[in-house]
Amino acid sequence: MKELMLGNKALARGLYEAGLSVASSYPGTPSTEVTEEIAKYTDIYSEWAPNEKVAMEVAYGAALAGRRSMCAMKHVGMNVAADPMYTASYTGVNAGMVIVVADDPGMHSSQNEQDSRHHAIAAKLPMLEPADSAEAHLFARTAFELSEEYDTPVIIKMCTRIAHSQSVVEAKERVCPPPKEYGKDPKKYLMTPANAIGRHPVVEARTQRLVELGNECVFRGVRLNRIEWARDRDVPEEDVPNAPRPQEEGLGRIGIICDSTSYQYVKEVFGDSVDVLKIGLVNPLPTTLILDFAHSVEGLWVVEELDPVIENHCKALGLKVNGKNLLPMESEYSQNLVRVVMGMDVPASVCLEESIPPRPPVMCAGCPHRGLFYTLHRLKVTVMGDIGCYTLGGAAPLMAMDNNLCMGASVSMLHGFNKALGSASEAGTVAVIGDSTFIHSGITSLADIAYNCSNSTVVILDNSITGMTGHQQNPTTGYDIHGDPCGKIDLESLVRSMGIERVRVVDPYDLSQCEETLKEELAAKAPSVIISRRPCALLKTVDGKKVVHNKPLMNDPEKCVGCRSCMRIGCPAISMKGNKAVIDRTQCIGCGVCQQLCRFGALVSGT
Amino acid sequence: METKNIMIVGVGGQGSLLASKLLGHLLLTQGYDVKVSEVHGMSQRGGSVVTYVRFGDKVYSPVIDRGEADFIVSFELLEAARYLPYLKEGGRIVTNTQRIDPMPVVTGACAYPEDLIRKMEEKGALVDAMDCLSCAEQAGSVKAVNIVLMGRLSRYFEIPEEKWLEAIEACVPAHFRQMNLKAFALGRG
Repeated sequence: MKELMLGNKALARGLYEAGLSVASSYPGTPSTEVTEEIAKYTDIYSEWAPNEKVAMEVAYGAALAGRRSMCAMKHVGMNVAADPMYTASYTGVNAGMVIVVADDPGMHSSQNEQDSRHHAIAAKLPMLEPADSAEAHLFARTAFELSEEYDTPVIIKMCTRIAHSQSVVEAKERVCPPPKEYGKDPKKYLMTPANAIGRHPVVEARTQRLVELGNECVFRGVRLNRIEWARDRDVPEEDVPNAPRPQEEGLGRIGIICDSTSYQYVKEVFGDSVDVLKIGLVNPLPTTLILDFAHSVEGLWVVEELDPVIENHCKALGLKVNGKNLLPMESEYSQNLVRVVMGMDVPASVCLEESIPPRPPVMCAGCPHRGLFYTLHRLKVTVMGDIGCYTLGGAAPLMAMDNNLCMGASVSMLHGFNKALGSASEAGTVAVIGDSTFIHSGITSLADIAYNCSNSTVVILDNSITGMTGHQQNPTTGYDIHGDPCGKIDLESLVRSMGIERVRVVDPYDLSQCEETLKEELAAKAPSVIISRRPCALLKTVDGKKVVHNKPLMNDPEKCVGCRSCMRIGCPAISMKGNKAVIDRTQCIGCGVCQQLCRFGALVSGT
Repeated sequence: METKNIMIVGVGGQGSLLASKLLGHLLLTQGYDVKVSEVHGMSQRGGSVVTYVRFGDKVYSPVIDRGEADFIVSFELLEAARYLPYLKEGGRIVTNTQRIDPMPVVTGACAYPEDLIRKMEEKGALVDAMDCLSCAEQAGSVKAVNIVLMGRLSRYFEIPEEKWLEAIEACVPAHFRQMNLKAFALGRG
């Protein structure tokens, strides 16, 4: 049956149908739903791993054991997982292994917009790039078959507009290949220098074979790369897709090489009126296919988001090409962008003269981070930030974050900052890091603080969930990907076991407790960890129990003097109407943080 | 058929994903090629959100660009104004009249513009504005604003009403069905 499917769901479906057996991932927008969808299939083992490196090693281990496996991550997650990936390229696999990476051009939910294709080139791994849900579904099976045929992990690269767009897919039945046996083979799998020296030429030869595959376009009936000749080319129906056209036909014509969403934008603008070479196997890139295509057209263009990967390849082949000389390196493309650079008209559009106030995302009403961030702001401390919902605390009015870099960096940045400045910063600088982020990459950073006797204060924002990506369980919550009880890491014991004796737990809804504790730990001449503990306000259940919030607060207009003290916490449930604070009772969960700021008793508990 | 474009805009958490799910289901059963593009993650935390629904014989781009939208369906007035540049010449805005202050307005850094409906009409937009929140409350839940809006939008389509109702039944849980059918009827008027 044909149905509309999210790109990530279609990819998950394709992997399932191809006999996926083990899946391990760390959530990250826009990749998260791939693994969430896989988790719905009970005949696949699936899990959230503590980070992407672990996930990739788990998937690699499963492939080694002879079962088809996958791991998924966002683009920056691939940096974390790069270490095993680069050597897995040398050893190859036993059963198929698929690595899913989702880029985020335009940075809808990311701290940079790096282009994952560079990782595929550097690790010398084949990379497939689907351009819609149907192709994500199709390429999933192809990726496993390529992986086994060419003995290599295969990367499938998604991006926000493919991952989070729904298009038509026809699901099929699951067909599992016979499992492969595991056999000892140290020359292949034990990467001592002597053995690795033997494997590197294997990798290079594999890449050459994959270049040939790219030139031939078709692998087991699936068109990885394809030329779509313009309608007026008069191509016979049985035409071989990559057969070169006679040169004279190319006069005055343009031909466009594109991949992923760029293909959709090009087709949207031109339909069947120009020649298009659509790249699906983006690493390694084809050679003769591109040369033949280029020689069949007069003006060659490459339309690709982010970096000039295909374009530079074309230039290395000696081709003259239009690309980043006219198209931006930054952000997402669109059909209008293609129209503009191709000198075409864009549709007329109107806008209001006055400026429209922006609507940035905000921390939710009742967010447990708010109370702690308000206290940090009040104490005027320097705050090393990290990656998660709580990064929103850097915005006005809380402004409780000075910087952020990558997962776990807050803790190590704090250590470096304090070692550089000594007592000048130790009493006025903290790191803030979420529970999931701490497990992901903060533990080793805290080990540095413990080991090198850093007088640093780390705040772990424990909201009992991985919030930003939409409530995934993690090793501190005690529940697995299916919501079933499992192992639980106790943060206090973990921190103490490193030799850090000063471990404090605070309730971020209690402002005076937050302030006193922060002052004490900043003053202490020892490493300390403050665990700010309150479940995410959006959680429906915690530890198997239904969450019951307090009644929404009410404003007493008689007592409210309009001093705006309650506005200092940036709660979306509070606004000023006239000169009085008003509580939005549909949003307020009665956390009471604003009550503690009101000196006039105007904010009263709901009944 | 040339591709038609519907943009659904609003504030994160207002329920635009159900609206796009319903439209996607409906248009697919009408035999169209359909693409629906959403944004997840950071943008959902009370920020401005936009969903693109495109349908026709063959749909390529997953997004709608400036000047291309046949319809902008808006859950909130300021958001309708924000995405006005995406409206096609002669396009129609179907909007809830609800006003939700964004954080820069709450903190006093910006003012919420007044008279937005008139200003959008002066720019040539056809604006159909209605108090969907009241209709939703009347139907039984403030969360039914999305279905009220779908009811309003349905007036501009030749697709028979029962097809819309079938799509609602397919997309919402059974225990909310009556409430949503009522919300749809109130929106359609």
